[in-house]
Amino acid sequence: MKADPRGVKTGAHYLDGDHACAEGALAAGCRFFAGYPITPSTEVAERIASRFPLVGGVFIQMEDELASIAAVLGGSWGGKKSMTVTSGPGFSLMMENIGLGVMTETPCVVVNVQRGGPSTGLPTLPGQQDMMQARWGSHGDYEIIAIVPNSPQECFDLTIQAFNLSEKYRVPVLVMMDECVGHMTEKVVIPPAEEIEVFNRKLYDGPKDQYLPYEVDNTNGRVPLMAHAGDGYRFHVTGLTHDEKGYPVMNAEVQQECVSRLIDKINKNTDDIIQYEEEQITNADVVVVTYGISSRVSMRAIRLAREQGLNVGLFRLITAWPFPEKRIKQIAKKVKAFVMVELNLGQMVYELERCIAGKAKVKLAPHAGGWVHNPTDILKIIKEAAK
Amino acid sequence: MTEATHPMENILRMDRMPHIWCPGCGIGTAVTAFAMALEKAEIPLDNIAVVSGIGCTGRVAGYMKLDSFHTTHGRAIPFATGLKLANPELTVIVFSGDGDLIAIGGNHFIHAARRNVDINVFCLNNFNYAMTGGQSGPTTPEPAITTTSPYGAFEHPFSLPFLAEGSGAVYVSRWTALHIRRLTNSMTEALQKRGFSFVEIIAPCPTLYSRRNRLGDGLEELKYYHDQIVIDHEADTRELGIGFRDQIVVGNFVDRERPTFMDALNTRFTEVFGKKYEPYGKVAHENGN
Amino acid sequence: MRTEIRFSGFGGQGIILSGILAGKAAALFDNKHATMTQSFGPEARGSACSAQLVVSDEPVLYPYLSQPEILVSMSQDACEKFLPELAKAGTLLVDEDLVKLSSVKRTIKKFAIPATRFAEELGNRILGNLVMLGFFSAVTEIVSPESFKKAIPGSVPERFLELNLKAFEKGYDYGAETKIKTPNKQKTKIKTDTVLTEPI
Repeated sequence: MKADPRGVKTGAHYLDGDHACAEGALAAGCRFFAGYPITPSTEVAERIASRFPLVGGVFIQMEDELASIAAVLGGSWGGKKSMTVTSGPGFSLMMENIGLGVMTETPCVVVNVQRGGPSTGLPTLPGQQDMMQARWGSHGDYEIIAIVPNSPQECFDLTIQAFNLSEKYRVPVLVMMDECVGHMTEKVVIPPAEEIEVFNRKLYDGPKDQYLPYEVDNTNGRVPLMAHAGDGYRFHVTGLTHDEKGYPVMNAEVQQECVSRLIDKINKNTDDIIQYEEEQITNADVVVVTYGISSRVSMRAIRLAREQGLNVGLFRLITAWPFPEKRIKQIAKKVKAFVMVELNLGQMVYELERCIAGKAKVKLAPHAGGWVHNPTDILKIIKEAAK
Repeated sequence: MTEATHPMENILRMDRMPHIWCPGCGIGTAVTAFAMALEKAEIPLDNIAVVSGIGCTGRVAGYMKLDSFHTTHGRAIPFATGLKLANPELTVIVFSGDGDLIAIGGNHFIHAARRNVDINVFCLNNFNYAMTGGQSGPTTPEPAITTTSPYGAFEHPFSLPFLAEGSGAVYVSRWTALHIRRLTNSMTEALQKRGFSFVEIIAPCPTLYSRRNRLGDGLEELKYYHDQIVIDHEADTRELGIGFRDQIVVGNFVDRERPTFMDALNTRFTEVFGKKYEPYGKVAHENGN
Repeated sequence: MRTEIRFSGFGGQGIILSGILAGKAAALFDNKHATMTQSFGPEARGSACSAQLVVSDEPVLYPYLSQPEILVSMSQDACEKFLPELAKAGTLLVDEDLVKLSSVKRTIKKFAIPATRFAEELGNRILGNLVMLGFFSAVTEIVSPESFKKAIPGSVPERFLELNLKAFEKGYDYGAETKIKTPNKQKTKIKTDTVLTEPI
């Protein structure tokens, strides 16, 4: 499918990441937005509020983040591509219903413009401290998709991808921006609508009495076909463990089937979902693994290291979750060490260590948040790792 | 011989029976009234969505043969708000309990009423959290005994019609599980009314609330309703608080007009953008849904 | 080649817009890379505020400033706050009615313009930032005036577009004159590669 031209502001723009994210949502076909203001994500909501009336979208400012995510799930079942935007404290409040989104297989996009935490922390300054919360924040076992842009251009591009993935796999997709990328203004090129690929959820259109809302469709990547409220199928959706009919069933067998499929539909499609960027990995002694704004600062450090004769490669996570385990394991066989650069005191590094499983050294370049790393600090750690 | 069929099998999910509710519980009666109201309101069943939160009453959605959503605790109203705004042609009913809608979901309740989102909120009030074993809640009268008020409740309870009217609901009524016909009529009116409509249903919880307070079984509770009910449509909602075993004023208290969220949105944007703006959900508007 | 620029003043002077316009002109019309960041605080008005711009021929990796080569200042407070970080051979542009300069290093090239006064003469002091941008363009030559003129439409209210362009030109002309009159013989074009301060 091509994008609906009404939402696409084709041309070269000078936009900050927040505004670019809003344009990405519009281009992807988002037509329902519910949100609550929180720094540093508010500009996304503001731009949506100003752009929606003339593109047939509905914007509503809810009373809190609990309501925002609930309305977004409702909006999605009402047939609209739906999104909300928040930052740390609001992200915490949304966790329960992100779980409902996972359990009920509701396509939607949640953007978190990360700031320094814990608690109120640093509302106006960057952090990447919600990365593990993105993966594990809601209770229970599940898999989720989280992607991390590192520029305003990617805020546009990856928000479209977030919608496409969420429509395809019927799962909430998290766009894990950070304050620096969100508030940074750069050139953003928005292509013509006919050059933007959008994916729309696959809808059931068979006989009414045969519709099973949670029937496993193996031809569709284990993703069941959806119906919208009002389509005439009169189906049931619940956050309780449920069978193919969508009816609650309280036993271990159905739990096993229900939860395994939620996990499998992501884990068995990682080749389609996962994106990363590599640079000079082949002959590298040290590979820097990083994401978001930290990846740009790391590139600076990597260039300095190369100037000093070190063989350093870059592995940038574009998809943080599911983690590119397979590729990391391949690289781990060939390199001496990995350096994880992230704006926290150690989060994704644990996943990296798990995948490397002792095959290579792993060092962390930590930062408590509030600014970005000084490239020289990263350089120092790269040098230590190269020893 | 023809097989006997249930008169409501086009509205109830018979494949999910028997339901989970206790003998003497008022929820079943309220669901019957709801099913009859849906028929009386003559809304095509395919265009109706029912949303519940968590709790005994939260299970209502699952038994209705409609598009039904059993959501999280307290969040039925914002979920329903999203559903209605995304598809304005739907008739959306939130059917849930007092704890779900008024305690954990209280903030959503007042804001949805303030915005006058065009949804119907049917709140079954059994004065306690029943699903979790009978704890005190925002409607528990003083000094009722519950598991978390073992020496008697001492917090002041909400009066729901007062809260609803004060927050901006355009239709407010209260009945008990005894008043099936009047309850059905009120639900029908609510379904046909544009805007945020609220119906409170006072209902027995014999297993927990009645038992702990030595109030007898479900029938005994209905007798209490019978003896202590005052029907007063003109009652001032400020005076509708319910004391322990005290009189209960019921009636259709509020029926007024106010622009819905969608009306206000369309009016505003038409003023600002003129012909460039295409009113949202226009089709449903013209049908008078 | 990377150049770091700080636009500064007090809230309400259109400082952030200055950063956006310069960045937009550079990124969209001068074919350079330009990354703008701004300082956010709880104050909306009155206090020292600034926009940081990095203009480069290559993609900007480090988005913040480490040592600006150019400081544009439209208030005493902001000038005092940000002057110490200015590169030794940096360039300082000030609104001469709002900033009194004392004890500025001799190595720093100084340029002054009564930007706000010119704006008032044009009818609205709010145009002071546009006068300053014209001055900035003429004096530093980092961003071309043609690109500025393309960047301004769409970023200022349509009904004030002409006035904004006029303000820009006023500043540009004054800057061009000032440059000719500048007594020291050094080239006024900023040779950023000699004061490279890309963070390391």
